[in-house]
Parts: sequence; C-alpha cells; structure tokens
Amino acid sequence: MEHFISLFVKAIFIENMALAFFLGMCTFLALSKDIKTAVGLGVAVIVVLAITVPVNNLILTGLLQEGALTWISPELASVDLRFLGLLSYIGVIAALVQILEMFLDKYVPALYNALGVFLPLITVNCAILGASLFMVEREYNFSESVVYGLGAGVGWALAITALAGVREKLKYSDVPDGLKGLGITFITVGLMSLGFMSFSGVSL
Amino acid sequence: MAKSKELLFDPVVNDNPIALQVLGICSALAVTSSMSVAFVMSLAVIAVTAFSGLFVSVIRSQIPSSIRIIVQMTIIASLVIVVDQILKAFAYEISKQLSVFVGLIITNCIVMGRAEAFAMKNGPVESFIDGIGNGLGYSAILMVVGFIRELFGSGSLFGVEILTKITEGGWYYTNGMMLLPPSAFFIIGFIIWGIRAWKTSQVEVDEFKIAPNSKMKEA
Repeated sequence: MEHFISLFVKAIFIENMALAFFLGMCTFLALSKDIKTAVGLGVAVIVVLAITVPVNNLILTGLLQEGALTWISPELASVDLRFLGLLSYIGVIAALVQILEMFLDKYVPALYNALGVFLPLITVNCAILGASLFMVEREYNFSESVVYGLGAGVGWALAITALAGVREKLKYSDVPDGLKGLGITFITVGLMSLGFMSFSGVSL
Repeated sequence: MAKSKELLFDPVVNDNPIALQVLGICSALAVTSSMSVAFVMSLAVIAVTAFSGLFVSVIRSQIPSSIRIIVQMTIIASLVIVVDQILKAFAYEISKQLSVFVGLIITNCIVMGRAEAFAMKNGPVESFIDGIGNGLGYSAILMVVGFIRELFGSGSLFGVEILTKITEGGWYYTNGMMLLPPSAFFIIGFIIWGIRAWKTSQVEVDEFKIAPNSKMKEA
C-alpha cells in the first residue's frame, strides 16, 4: 500500500507532468487564461489518463511484449511487436477519447457539456501519450499504472489550475510590451516550476 | 523560386512555430540540456515534418475529410516509428537520453499543425519545403536554448569543454540551475521578448486598456 501512495505523490509533485517534464505544454499555455476552463480541462485530463494508461498497459502485456502472444499459440512466443508500440498507443488513446465522448454524451450529459470542447483536444495532448510511454519505459505493472495514470492526471490538473489563477491576477499588471501574453506566461511557468523543484528533495 | 525561399526561411524568424505560433513547446524544453541531444532531436523533427507534409500532400485529394485527422496521425506515427528505429540502430546512447521524447514527436503540434494547415491545401513540393522550414524554425530555438543551457550549465558545447570548471582546476563555477527544467522556461520567455522587441508587429494586443492612476483632487 505504501508503495502505491508514494508512487501517487511522486507522480503529482516530484515528477509533475507539466512542470518537470514539459508535457502537454501547448494546451497548458493556450487554455490557462481563466480558472473555469482550466478546471474543466484538468478534470478531462485526469479521466482520460486514468483510463488510457492502464489500457495501454494491458495492450503492452497482452499483445506487444515479447512472449505476450503465447495465449494464441505457443509458436508465437518469440514475436516482439514492441516497435508497433507508438502506433498502437496513439490509436488506443484516440479511440478511447472518442468512446468516452459518446458515452458521456449519452449517459452523463451534464459532464459532457462541461468537458465538451476539451475532450477531442486531449487526443493530441502530449501528456496523455507521454504518460503511456513513461509507463512502458519504467515497466509499471497493471495496478501501478492505474495509480500512476491517476497521479499524473491530478498533477497536470493542479499545475494548469494554479497557472490559470496566476494569469487571472496577472491581467491587471503592467507588463513590458514585448513580454505581453506568451512571454510573461513562460516566465511565470518557470517560477512555478522552480517552486515544484523544491519537492524533489522529498524522499519517499 | 522566390516563393520556396520564403517558405523555407519565413518560419525561422518571421513566423517561428515556437515563438509565435506556440506550437511544439513540450519537447522543445525537455531535450535542450545538451547541444548534441538537441541537435539529434532537431534532425528528427525536420525529417518528420518534411516527410509528413510530403505524404499528406500527395494523398490529400484521396483523404475523406471526416477521417483526415486519423489518416494524418497514422502517417505521422509511422514516420516517427521509422525515425525511432533508425536512432536506436545508429545512435543508441542519444536515443536513450531522448527517452520518450522521440515518441512524443507524434503529438508535437508543429507536425500536426503543418499537415492540417498547409499540406492539405498545397502541392507535395511546397509542403515538403514548408515542412523543412518549420522544422528549421523549431531547430533554431532548440539550438539557441541548448547552447545557453549547456554552455552555462556544464561549461561545454557538444560535450567539448569550453569553460574550464573549478572542479577540474579551472575558473568557471557551473550554474546548476541551467540544467534544471525552470531555466528552459526562462530562456524561451526571454527569446520571445527579444524577437518581439525586434519585430514589434508580433506584440500581443491587450484585452483591455488599464486606465492611468488618477490622483484624488484635494478638497
């Protein structure tokens, strides 16, 4: 149990998707102008990450890994399809996002309306694919990848909400012309990232 | 001919994908702590943007518009797999350092953005050149950031020592922060400031004007 808690905390603070690995930056910078949008997008990312990372883990252990195909026939034990990984993961993500969108539309219309625009955008969010690739690289097992997916999502949501809060206040400050908009946002994110670096001393 | 020159060099300064269009930042920041890694990443991105532009443009009239995103994604993902395999075969050490970021070229918005915005509407040759141009614009920023971070962070360029470190009997005390993530944000922020101070037309317009402080009149 302790192992999972430490993995969860590590995924949120120490190895924060946005601030330590720069993943999902495009959406992170473009959609952090107000808190409401940021929270909506954050929730959508948590949901999608918590589903796609474990599913991709199943794909890896059940189909792609060396020796994974033995359940079809023992002759396939030496087949290693890992080079198809990238293509399968992105396919799984795109398909899952589509299914999730249809499911929410039918059964949870309130949530669908809240997340609406953001769901399709999430397919091309690097944080989603990144989390799956990290899962592969660090060889997490199924239960670890559930925890990791959830943690990474919460971390990203936390970062974008915090940035949106800062930017809402920043609107009223007098910024040098050339730094307006994108420039000052980068510097703000840099400072936030510096703050999150302080978690890296925490040993779990 | 003048047009292809424009296509090739416009994205480097005037219409830089990172500084102006805010595309593909994710990987720009993560792989720049040393020049050689940044250089390999640049080559990989140039190759993928150029060829994805070419292939998408070649079959653009056959792609039904409802599934065009999936088709583009498949083309891009296949190209990235090829690049990934080549890197693993010929530059294994560097591919280890790039870790997941080669795979993340798939979701790099520059590639998708150019395929969608340019290659779907233009011929194969123009799309290929446009891909190289945008790849170059991306590389330019990557190399500048990599240069600053490696020079001040570890006193070397491409792994060759330039400033002798104190630990090796020299005079330069390395700035460890340059190797950490936050410095990349600051450097890109300042680069954007620089470009916009030079090309003032790129400055973002305020959403509203802040009224000057008005002094209370003495009664």
